[in-house]
Amino acid sequence: MKVATGKKAGFDCRPVESAREDFPILKTEMNGHPLVFLDSAASSQKPQAVIEAINTYYTTQNANVHRGVYTLSQQATDLFEESRLAVARFINAPSEKEVIFVRGATEGINLVAQSYGRAFLNAGDEIVLSELEHHSNIVPWQILAEEKNLSLKIIPVREDGSLDMDAYKKLLSSKTALVTVNHISNALGTINPVEEITKLAKECGAAVLIDGAQASIHGSIDVASLGADFYVFSGHKMLGPTGIGVLWGREDILEAMPPWQGGGEMIQSVSFEKTTYNELPFKFEAGTPHIEGVVGLKKAIDYLSQFDPADIIHWERKLLNHCTAKLTAIPGLRIIGTTQNKTSVVSFLVEGTHPYDLGIILDKLGIAVRTGHHCTQPLMEKYGIPGTVRASMALYNNKEDIDRLAEGVEKARNMLV
Amino acid sequence: MSINEKQDQIIDDFSLFDDWMQKYDYIIDLGKKLPIIEQEYKTEDYQIKGCQSRVWLRAYEQDGKVFFKADSDAVITRGIIALLIEVLSGQKADDIANSDLYFIDRIGLKEHLSPTRSNGLTSMIKHMKYYGLGLKKKLENHE
Ligand SMILES: Cc1ncc(COP(=O)(O)O)c(C=O)c1O
Repeated sequence: MKVATGKKAGFDCRPVESAREDFPILKTEMNGHPLVFLDSAASSQKPQAVIEAINTYYTTQNANVHRGVYTLSQQATDLFEESRLAVARFINAPSEKEVIFVRGATEGINLVAQSYGRAFLNAGDEIVLSELEHHSNIVPWQILAEEKNLSLKIIPVREDGSLDMDAYKKLLSSKTALVTVNHISNALGTINPVEEITKLAKECGAAVLIDGAQASIHGSIDVASLGADFYVFSGHKMLGPTGIGVLWGREDILEAMPPWQGGGEMIQSVSFEKTTYNELPFKFEAGTPHIEGVVGLKKAIDYLSQFDPADIIHWERKLLNHCTAKLTAIPGLRIIGTTQNKTSVVSFLVEGTHPYDLGIILDKLGIAVRTGHHCTQPLMEKYGIPGTVRASMALYNNKEDIDRLAEGVEKARNMLV
Repeated sequence: MSINEKQDQIIDDFSLFDDWMQKYDYIIDLGKKLPIIEQEYKTEDYQIKGCQSRVWLRAYEQDGKVFFKADSDAVITRGIIALLIEVLSGQKADDIANSDLYFIDRIGLKEHLSPTRSNGLTSMIKHMKYYGLGLKKKLENHE
């Protein structure tokens, strides 16, 4: 099967189905079976290019950044800052100063809650978030709300896994100080209408944070046209290393925000009487950063950029449709999250079985899926289920992976029911 | 039978299985067979929280011995519970507290006891041993 080669800005792009070859882990086995990896929403696999970039960094490029006068340190600094530029281009940020390196989406959200939230939110203000949120986008706001006497307002989710936009509109008021939702739900795959959510929030004068943890691997993020104030994502979910992620923020807001963590790198001068802070983005990057993570992240972006985002989405859509069709044919299988507007995530339950039991048998068959509540306990409660089995696909998956999954689920069902 | 005799018996039984499917079929069967705890005890008070599957455990004492009843919402977890109960229930408190549950490793189910599986089984064994310890103390105080 051949997918038309994409065209992006006049360049020929690689066909997406050739990606699989670049991921060495997909040639390994699990429990004696060729690995079928269907847990990319938890963490994606890494292409050889990213693995090599980290190896090369430590073999020939390693030195602390922003510090040394010697050539090696300057080269490391250049690599580091080139990555910041690459991230800015990848998300269409107006300036690389708006790109703050953090540990991941979780740290980005906590940074905004602790710096922006503490400085600019006041008692009685309301934070609007959704039932679809990952615990990472719930708990930091609960901590802040408790500290500052704020209240949280929750956008309900509808039966099909989409957000109830009418209910959202009713939650908005002059008290709304901040709106935060995920771009794509990790538990169900729902793609949320973040442009509209942002526009409505802005009409109330609220700040907006979008949790893009699940979005960045699918290719096209455009923070400039989105109109939000903050956007966060994690490197490890987009073919990059763990422990590195990005907080993008609008420059004027980041300028106004107080620093969060103190330390080296983030200061201009320190005396016991008065410390002045470094400029953006360094003000928010205290301490020696995760340098090889930043280097690896650039490689992941370079890697993804070989493909046309439209091709990636097309490929994943095919996988999603195939998976949905195959699984729906299994008696007693119910998919949670059925909106048309979703990415390549299929969350499901099989009547008469517990997700944990299914996960165990699939593991024995070499198939890696996630089971449980996916760090979205409020959402699972809403559906009245203990959790689901979740298969999440990325550009390196293929139809055979899905066929193996469907066979595995049938087999597990026969054993369990 | 002592705890170790029971463990050895189970290891023997499991040595008959040729592959993981037979083994799991057997465990699933064990899990399906027993309604091991009465509905009245399937409450928060008796629940051991695992993040993947839930486990309920009740212990009581009779003639200086400790008896366990337990249950889970996942059938594989229930099957393993059935084995644990087979080994530990009806034994002396002291023996339970000091037991070394080597059979789990020997029958190839160790992965189920890794805390990262978070199925409640690791805490369940801990609780069983605590009950053993607790009842042992109680008996000593009576003497
Ligand atoms: C939607 C969403 N938000 C936030 C996170 C947290 O990401 P990280 O653990 O990389 O900080 C995740 C990860 O599962 C996620 O899926």
